[in-house]
Formats: sequence, structure tokens, C-alpha cells
Amino acid sequence: MPTLEHYLILSAILFSIGTAGVFVRRNLITILLSIEIMLNAVNLTFVAFGHALGNVDGQIIVFFVMTVAAAEAAVGLAIVIALFRHRASLNPEAFTVLKW
Amino acid sequence: MAQIGLLFFVFFMLLNSAAVMVYVERKVAALLQQRVGPYLVGPQGMLQPLADIVKLIFKEELRPVAADKWLFYLAPIISATAAFSAFAVVPFGAETTFFGLLDRPVKLQVADVNVAVLVIFAIASMSVYGIVLAGWSSNSKYSLLGGLRSSAQMISYELSYGLSLASVLVLGNSLSVTDIVNGQSGTWLGFIPRWYIFLQPLGFLIYLTAAVAETNRAPFDFPEAEQELVAGYHTEYSSMSFALFFLAEYINMVTVSAVATDLFLGGWHGPLLPASWGWIWFLVKVGALLFFYVWMRWTLPRYRYDQLMAFGWKVLLPLAVVNLLVTSAGVLYFGL
Amino acid sequence: MLLFYLFALVAVVASLLVVAQRNPVYSVLLLIASFGALSGLYVLLDAPFVAVTQIIVYAGAIMVLFLFVVMLLNAPHEDTEEDIERLRTLTGSSARLTAGPMVFGAVLAAAFAVELLWALSRGPLSISPGSEAGASVAQIGRVLFTEYKFAFEVTSILILVAMLGAVVLAQRERGPSTRRAGDE
Repeated sequence: MPTLEHYLILSAILFSIGTAGVFVRRNLITILLSIEIMLNAVNLTFVAFGHALGNVDGQIIVFFVMTVAAAEAAVGLAIVIALFRHRASLNPEAFTVLKW
Repeated sequence: MAQIGLLFFVFFMLLNSAAVMVYVERKVAALLQQRVGPYLVGPQGMLQPLADIVKLIFKEELRPVAADKWLFYLAPIISATAAFSAFAVVPFGAETTFFGLLDRPVKLQVADVNVAVLVIFAIASMSVYGIVLAGWSSNSKYSLLGGLRSSAQMISYELSYGLSLASVLVLGNSLSVTDIVNGQSGTWLGFIPRWYIFLQPLGFLIYLTAAVAETNRAPFDFPEAEQELVAGYHTEYSSMSFALFFLAEYINMVTVSAVATDLFLGGWHGPLLPASWGWIWFLVKVGALLFFYVWMRWTLPRYRYDQLMAFGWKVLLPLAVVNLLVTSAGVLYFGL
Repeated sequence: MLLFYLFALVAVVASLLVVAQRNPVYSVLLLIASFGALSGLYVLLDAPFVAVTQIIVYAGAIMVLFLFVVMLLNAPHEDTEEDIERLRTLTGSSARLTAGPMVFGAVLAAAFAVELLWALSRGPLSISPGSEAGASVAQIGRVLFTEYKFAFEVTSILILVAMLGAVVLAQRERGPSTRRAGDE
């Protein structure tokens, strides 16, 4: 039977993969995908704890996290589209106008 | 053990239904257009689907050189898998022993989950991927345009689809399709059956319209418009991959009709037959809906794409929301 | 238990490939596979509603949005010749500035994983389950619309604002040359 620790370790591994993805990749869309991985790892933690504590609050918070993730993905992708229109590149290193 | 047998039985019957639909479509289209249709192969042309299948198997399998190899073959697999999986949670009869052939009554549903309505909706939203990946991986402009248009249409009409399902959920008080069907047994005044279509006529119409748009059929089949886009997202496919898309479309039609029958038309309840023979009524109702589908395709002209999207967002979605509000108010007031 | 390891393996491998894959379309599809595996894990955790909502919302809507954007922008693969060339014309140098953040990211991720493994190796967690109320959808709805109703309403306004923002941000710049003849 998988215990709570199993789920937490899995969630930590997924979160680390997502974090590494945000730092390592140089493609804006893949960075957004890595953020989604992180959000999913957090969702898994919430549901695991909700199951361990025996109440339903974990699932409700997951519901809200999913909604916020959807809103954030939509706005993030709109920004990516707007940026692509200006510079024709999805590489975050191309947007250096504000650098000193 | 009985479940696995049932699984194979349902799979086999779905394949057969697709074949029957091929024949029915051609024959009904012919009769509507005052010609004869298939008549050479078998009596009244009834072996025509067999001839079609044999032809499709023997055709050469082509793939454009610039097409993405993995996605090109994955797309029809996703379409067909989603089409078959959606039927796994649809019940098509009460517990029955098939006229006493089996020793123990078996539930006529492959998987009785208690969130079945949501599962149907989830798998419907997965079938978008087959189309958009087919459009993209073919690396041809007709396919890409057809694929993107089709998936935009499907996700737009999913909203009205979901809201009309939600109205039925408010009436039925459960997410399990079996419970909703059992809530429709019995009659009012002795002869009007307690089907939800009488409580929800607008909901039924919204569901049918959204379902027709979801399955890319009838007046909403712009993405495969023969006159504009060659064949839309399955332009570059041939032989078995094309057959899989074809199959997926017909099975989606059957699934959507089955869900409409279960949720709005009382499933397997009907006069004169006991509940354990109810699958006969189920087949009759699904057959009527499928005939209606084919009839609509060959009668109505096709929508233009911007009219289609405007209709989905500006007409159908507000109607679905209003329907949900009125239904909720009605349930609260009348205590149904 | 076997199911747990199967789903966990699929989720981890798919996420690793998402981060490691060059082609953005493959990344999106692999992430959908990872979401499917997570949905299976939610079913194992007695949360069927969350599992199905994950498929409907995440795998069925958000990922379609990502796929649309990738296809419409014809997202280039990373580190191709044209990408480096483009970078040179834009910023005047093709110096790779990312060695630092890459190392930092890898070290951070590894440190986090090691810390959690250490914390968990100190013994089993002492969590006492509360009342075993059935996690049915009715129960979720009841709690959602009583205890969390404010958050629910605020979230609906959030989605509205996000929708408007996305439409405005992604609009083409309006000008006399972009009006089509025949606009009403």
C-alpha cells in the first residue's frame, strides 16, 4: 500500500524536475510547461494530505489551484504570442532591452 | 470474468455498428436523393460495408515525406481510442440474463463508475487531440487549416455540451448515468413517460446541436468540407489510418446518441417490455437518433466557419446558461 | 502498489522528457501523458472527481491551448542555427549567458530533493486522520459552496479577468491597414 511518504517523495521529485526545467530551458513555452509540472506536483501533495487527513479540503484547494493555473496559462501564452510578434524568437535571452 | 466478456462484446458491437452506419448512411442518403444507393453487393447492398473494409485494407499506406512520423501514426490511434473508450461508461440496459442464456444477471455497462458523466466529458475533450495532431503532422496547408478549425470548433462547442449535461445533472441528482436512467422510469398520468426531454426540451436541443458539432458532422462539418479543404485534416491519410478516422467518427456518433438516449430519452425504459429486455428499446432509440443524424447531414446546407463559431459562442452558450439557471430554479421551486 | 509505481514511473519519465525534449510539440504531448498518470494517482487516492477534473481542465483544455500556440507560432526548436543567428541579430552577441542559471537550477532541484528525502528518512509522519467523511462529489460540493464560497466567487472573477487579458494581449495591433474590406 503506498503510504503518504511515497506520494510526498514523488511530488518532490516532480517539483524538482519542474524547477530544473524553468532554469535550464531556453524556450518560453517549455518554461511555461515546467511551471505546469510544478503546479501539478503541488496538487498531488494537496490530494495526498487530504487523503491522509480524511477530509475533503485538499481536493477543494486542488480545484482552485487548477483554476488559477488555467488562468495563468492563458495570460502567459498571450504574453508569449505578443512577445513573439515583436522579436520573432521564443528565446528569453532575446528580450534584453531592459538590461543595464 | 463476465466483465471481460462484456468488454469484448461491446467492442465487437461498436465495430459492427460502425459498419452498419456506413451502409445506413449511403442507403438513406440515396433514398433522400431519390436514387437507389448500393445494390450490387449482397441483398439490397447490405454487404457493401464489407466490400469497403476489404478495399481499405488492401490500399497502400502512404505517408508524406515531410510528415512527422510518430505523430502521423499517433493521431488516428488517439481518435479511435477516445471514441471507443467513451462508450465504456455508457450503460445500454438494465441487469439482464439475455433470455436466460447466462446463469447470473450481468450489468450492461463495462465500468460503473459514479462519476460517469464527467468521464464521458473528459474523453470527449481528449478526442480533440487526434484531430489537431493529424492536421499538424501532415505538414500540408489543407490539413493544418482543417485541423485547427476543427479543434477550435470542438472546444467551443464543448462548453455548451457540458452545460446541457449539467442541467440534466441538476434534475437527476447524481453523476452516475445508471442512476439518471433509473430516475426516468415510470410515467406521469399513466402514459407520458418520465423522460427528461419533457422537462428539458431546450436542453435536449442544445445537447444535440453541441453533439453534432463535437462529432464534426452534418451542418457543422466545415473542417472536412469537400469543396473547400479537399478533405481537411485527413487529406494525407490513406488505407487503415483513414479507416481509423472514419471509424472514430461513426463511433463518436453512436456514443453521443447513446448518451443522449440515456440522459434525455429514458435509456432502456419503455412500455410493454420489462426492464431486463430494455436493451431492445435502447437500440430503437439510438437508431432513431442516428437516423436523425444522417437525415440532417443530407438535408441541411453547411455552415460557414465564422457563422459556426458565432453560433456556438453567441447563441448556444447563453442559451445553455439560461437553461441551467431555469432548471435549477425549477428544481428548487417545484422540489423535483 | 504496482499501480502506484507504474503511474509514478510514467509521471516522472514523462516530466523528465518534457524538460529534456527539443521539439515543443513533443513536450506538450509528453506533459499530457504525465497528466494522465497523475490522474491515475488521484484515483488511487480516492479522489475520482479531482482525477476527472484534471483530465477535463488540464489535459483537455490547457494543453490544447498550449498546442494551439505552439502550432500557430510554428515554435522553433531550441538551439537551432536560425535561433542562434536570430539571437545574434537581436542582441549583438551570441554569448551563452545561461551557464550560471543552469547550474543554479540543477543545484537547487537536487538540494530540494535531497532535503526532502532526509526529512522523510527521520521516521514516519505522525498524522492522525480526521473524520472519515466520504469524499463524494456531493460532499465536495457542500464544502465548496459553504466554507469556500468567497474563494469560489473570487476565482470566477479571476477567470473573467484572465480571459479579457488574454484576448487583449494577443490582439493584433489595430490600424487602418488591418481592417478587411467588407467589415460591417
